Amino acid sequence: MTDIIDENEPTRRDFLYITTAVFGATGAATLAWPLIHQLNPDASVSALSSVEADISSIPEGGSLKVAWRGKPVFIRRRTKEEILIAENEDAANLPHPEKDAERVKNKEWLVVVGVCTHLGCIPIADKGDFGGWFCPCHGSHYDISGRIRKGPAPTNLEVPPYEFVNESIIKIG
Amino acid sequence: MNHDYEYTPSNGFTKWLDKRLPLMRFADENMLSFPTPKNLNYFWTFGFILTLSLVTQIITGIVLAMHYTPHVLMAFDSIEHIMRDVNYGWLIRYIHANGASMFFLAVFIHMFRSLYYGSYKEPREILWILGVVIFLLMIITAFMGYVLVWGQMSFWGATVITNLVATIPVVGESILTLLLGGFSVDNPTLNRFFSLHYLLPFVIFGVVILHIWALHVTGNNNPTGISVKDSNDTISFHPYYTVKDLFAYIVFLLMFSYFIFYNPNILGHPDNYIEADAMVTPAHIVPEWYLLPFYAILRAVPDKLMGVLLMFGSIAVLFFLPWLDTMKVRSARYRPVYKIFYFTFLISCLLLGYLGGQAPEGIYLFLSRVCTIYYFAFFLVVMPLLSRYEKPSAMPIGISNPAIDTSIEIDEVDGDLVPSANT
Repeated sequence: MTDIIDENEPTRRDFLYITTAVFGATGAATLAWPLIHQLNPDASVSALSSVEADISSIPEGGSLKVAWRGKPVFIRRRTKEEILIAENEDAANLPHPEKDAERVKNKEWLVVVGVCTHLGCIPIADKGDFGGWFCPCHGSHYDISGRIRKGPAPTNLEVPPYEFVNESIIKIG
Repeated sequence: MNHDYEYTPSNGFTKWLDKRLPLMRFADENMLSFPTPKNLNYFWTFGFILTLSLVTQIITGIVLAMHYTPHVLMAFDSIEHIMRDVNYGWLIRYIHANGASMFFLAVFIHMFRSLYYGSYKEPREILWILGVVIFLLMIITAFMGYVLVWGQMSFWGATVITNLVATIPVVGESILTLLLGGFSVDNPTLNRFFSLHYLLPFVIFGVVILHIWALHVTGNNNPTGISVKDSNDTISFHPYYTVKDLFAYIVFLLMFSYFIFYNPNILGHPDNYIEADAMVTPAHIVPEWYLLPFYAILRAVPDKLMGVLLMFGSIAVLFFLPWLDTMKVRSARYRPVYKIFYFTFLISCLLLGYLGGQAPEGIYLFLSRVCTIYYFAFFLVVMPLLSRYEKPSAMPIGISNPAIDTSIEIDEVDGDLVPSANT
């Protein structure tokens, strides 16, 4: 039996090194996940992820601000003129093209998260150049469909998941 | 550097100790007899001032943490409790809050000194990079500390800054949620910021030790930028620089005291004395003064992602400084053209600080854009071009010899120092 040792041939010692390293790395990665995941929203935060609001008392042109996941949600009962303006806008030319119909379930009600998509400030209602909202922080203008029209915000105001439970109750989240 | 000198233990105990743990030797070599260029000016005292600033922040911070409650319902009240009820709480908090401003003031002077005298150049690249790491950690720590007060500026500053993360394509939103521990800035955010605000100063302390270690390997730069040649160029750190540093520190403390005792809130924002309200945004959100230049860069760009990239880029570019400015002559004293660009840069940075506090419209927005472009052009265009084309003025032979050095010429093509042909 010829016993020539090839120096490039992996040895049993190499195998042990690699096994040890893989074993250690797997263990470290497994332990790292709980340490990272604990940073994510906990059960008590996630539990607050839906909220119901009574909208029966909102007059036409009026609005309600409710807190959902620590952020304000604007519920606005739009007037007939406002609906017309929102629908007649040529959506294709907007910075973030979306038709009004894609943003509402019932065109009388506009429901949007009241957080500016730029850097998270709360826009002020009935201000700005487009009859909707205006963000005082960095000057973003939104129209009556919550669409960005002017300013640094990249996208339209977010539409949260919601449903009308009955005539007077809306459930957000 | 001077290696002629060696520490000799003076008595039985220090001899015994030196064989087991050479603590005294270490202290002597690094703090007492450490050979330091003899021509350092007062701009070189800021390293010492900064070290003591960090110590001040850590001591006052530990004390404040004994009275502060990191909970959204109690945080703001516990700050008022510190201000009104805790014995000397007002003093300790004002030292801590204004101390952060003083810390940044000192670090800006320290960095601009480095930029002027070319202290980041070979062989001090690592020293400089560690400094930038410290600066970055300081910004993160200061930002988190400001949130702990839980006033309106704290809350909305935190909202705006954390939202920068959401601009990262695809994973941005998930990272933001991970960072906040919820869907908006809330109790989990406050809790983890408190934890990290307590931790990071010790991390800074660790990097400071590396920074000083790196300094003691290469030795100090000096106002001429000419390397130390022999022991004639140096003096021992103690007593010459211990006394100079202490004197500078006392003058610095006098100014610091003015803020603490006579104008403790001038550097803050009145809105932060209103408790955080997640449903109302203040009309005008501004960060603390020391972050205003970066905020101005962020807002100078109409595109959200680009604004964020440029703001981070404005710090990231500092890491590459030693390789952007390859001119062998270190000190701006002998660089007439660089000097002009340098002072323009200094003014442009101050202007950015002013603009960061103004509404981003009209002339302010325009000037922010001009200054932002100049900020990057200074590092990415001016520095490499000057390294290649600037002709330095005549230099002395050495720190101790003011005679003009004729033995070297500056290579006009790339600024290299080359032996003169006539020697």
